[in-house]
Amino acid sequence: MNDPFPAPIPRPGKVYYFGTCVIDACFPQAGLAGVELLQREGVQVIFPQAQSCCGQPAHNSGFPDEARRVARHQLKAFARDYPIVVPSGSCAGMLKHQYPHLFAHEPDIEEVQRFSSRIYELSEFMVKVLQVRLEDRGEPIKVTWHSSCHALREMAIIPYAKTLLGQLKQVELVELQNERECCGFGGTFSVKQPAISAAMADDKVNDIVQTGAARVLSTDCGCLLNISGTLGYRQLSIPTQHLAEFILERTQ
Amino acid sequence: MTKTADVLAFERNVTKALDDGQLRRNLRSAMTTLSQRRRALFADVEAFEKLRTQGQSIRRRALSRLPELLEQLEARCTANGIQVHWAETTAEANAICLDIIRRHGAQRVIKGKSMVSEEMHLNHFLEEQGIEALETDLGEYIIQLDGETPSHIIVPAIHKNKDQIAHLFHDRIPDAPYTEVVEELNAIARQELREKFRAGEVGVSGVNFAVAETGTLCLVENEGNGRMCTTAPPVHIALMGLEKVVEKLQDVPPLLRLLTGSATGQPITTYFNMITAPRRPGELDGPREVHLVILDNGRSSIYGDPERRATLQCIRCGACLNHCPIYTRLGGHAYGHVYPGPIGSILTPQLEGLDEAGVMASASTFCGACEEVCPVKIPFTEILRMLRNEAYARGESEHDVKGHGYRYTTVEALSWKSWALYNTSPGLARIGSQILGKLGQHLPMIGPLKEWTRTRIPPPFAPKSLHQLAQERGLDDDR
Ligand code: SF4
Repeated sequence: MNDPFPAPIPRPGKVYYFGTCVIDACFPQAGLAGVELLQREGVQVIFPQAQSCCGQPAHNSGFPDEARRVARHQLKAFARDYPIVVPSGSCAGMLKHQYPHLFAHEPDIEEVQRFSSRIYELSEFMVKVLQVRLEDRGEPIKVTWHSSCHALREMAIIPYAKTLLGQLKQVELVELQNERECCGFGGTFSVKQPAISAAMADDKVNDIVQTGAARVLSTDCGCLLNISGTLGYRQLSIPTQHLAEFILERTQ
Repeated sequence: MTKTADVLAFERNVTKALDDGQLRRNLRSAMTTLSQRRRALFADVEAFEKLRTQGQSIRRRALSRLPELLEQLEARCTANGIQVHWAETTAEANAICLDIIRRHGAQRVIKGKSMVSEEMHLNHFLEEQGIEALETDLGEYIIQLDGETPSHIIVPAIHKNKDQIAHLFHDRIPDAPYTEVVEELNAIARQELREKFRAGEVGVSGVNFAVAETGTLCLVENEGNGRMCTTAPPVHIALMGLEKVVEKLQDVPPLLRLLTGSATGQPITTYFNMITAPRRPGELDGPREVHLVILDNGRSSIYGDPERRATLQCIRCGACLNHCPIYTRLGGHAYGHVYPGPIGSILTPQLEGLDEAGVMASASTFCGACEEVCPVKIPFTEILRMLRNEAYARGESEHDVKGHGYRYTTVEALSWKSWALYNTSPGLARIGSQILGKLGQHLPMIGPLKEWTRTRIPPPFAPKSLHQLAQERGLDDDR
């Protein structure tokens, strides 16, 4: 049988882990779950304590100098040539696709390109590089899936996330009616255009409710912050969870 | 934080649009239909990608030789008997039209759909000069009847549903009976428009593609009103933005396919007009004079910057509007400018200046839906980011967009500087995240948190950060 996702690099012994600032502050358990999933596959995970934010907030808000300053800091923190695994489509998109734009006219562009070529989103890495096979040990559950826009378009990693989800035999996935539509997070957009952002989040929540799912999963904690914040505000008790945490919970 | 005038105006419009439940339902249903039709037509994804790449390269090729092609277009048109006029500003373009209309002593102008004429505010201008401009495109006719401007570049009355149109016709058209039957509504409009065509002394139209090689003006439409406007009156004035030129006749079919497919999901429109000359001796119909007005209005400055140039690739199909989660919720009027949606958000600030329309560039989550559907692959997010950068760039700016630096405030600049400091000083970040973890839910609801919690519960700041947990677990720190 042909492998639909051929490995781009041989299985590494060590990887860097870029935790992202949203996970760092609000969802550290999701971050740790990602670490454990990698360790379980026999990969050593290095977590540089100097790491911080990918720089996307400034990059998207009109402050490229500040974005570059923060980006260069990550370049230094992840200096060795290990693959860098990121449990977020959006931050991975920034590190992989936006850094080369941001540094297009900078003297260190080649260093940046080498850095960017080492970036993998977590589920992409698990499927493509580690060829993970999951065994579901959980109770039957109905879940729905939120595709973050950057995971969907910029990184195009949704097929990998859904491959992992598909390996969990007791999990029934009910798709959203408008799965490809943005939830309205958009980083600083959510506070710069709060009314539009709220209207989009509301529609997303309505879509989630109509699926009847018991949980909402995603690869991106920024979106989940927006969605769970809105669910909570509307006093709806549908939990949201990062895919890594969900997988770990069901396969231990 | 102080808000600029464009931001305040936009906020007001947004609130009004979001509160209008009827508008949101109308938009959602119309946009769903349009995007479904488009998807059905371009079902073969690979073939579509090929066509899109072709469309992009045709437009890029044309733009790379823009000055030359415009000269060639002028020469060919002139040789064919079309009179070519150049307008640097919309005021100049209006004056040119007025002059032509006056020379023919005309009182009534009939118009086919043209976004450039909207950009010129031509109807309003002519009205002030005592000249009546009658819209003949059904959608344009509907909104003119209601004293509105288009809310979409292809489907100008998309914000209205059938019932609203039924009431409008009954209220505004003398003797029109109340009916909600689409065929009957169409018949009422047709009857009214027929009278207008008869009365028109000058016809005004837009241009979808102008072919330099042959001097041909192409006009895409579905109702036949465009053909009427360009053939029935003795004088035809065609209006185009200077970016509409293409090199060869051969370039037209792929672009046409991309345009109609992306716009309405049609393989081709009911009418496709190719105008090459006024009525020739011995011909029985057609206008005796054809004028082409080529408008700049800031386009040549966009052309002059390699990173901004892609803005001019646009073929005005409207697909980016139909797929934009923000346009879909606001409709076109909320943007407060002629061109709404993603294309409006990249074009308008460049045409009118950031100080006038810079806020439009902030109306995006960078979801990328526009980039995914644009038939000529305009890199929206790159251009939007560039515009956001320019909005804060004081003094000399890299791309010199009109009004750059208008949004700069010391407070905002300082807050980003502190953000950068925090994110480049691990010691500081460690202390910061400890404070955040301790205070957690007791943070004061000010600034961004205040905006966030208007419709959401506060973020669940964790007692221990991932940094702390990683350290506790003894994860290798690479030092
Ligand atoms: S920018 Fe692209 S999608 Fe939008 S109207 Fe222009 S051609 Fe169509």
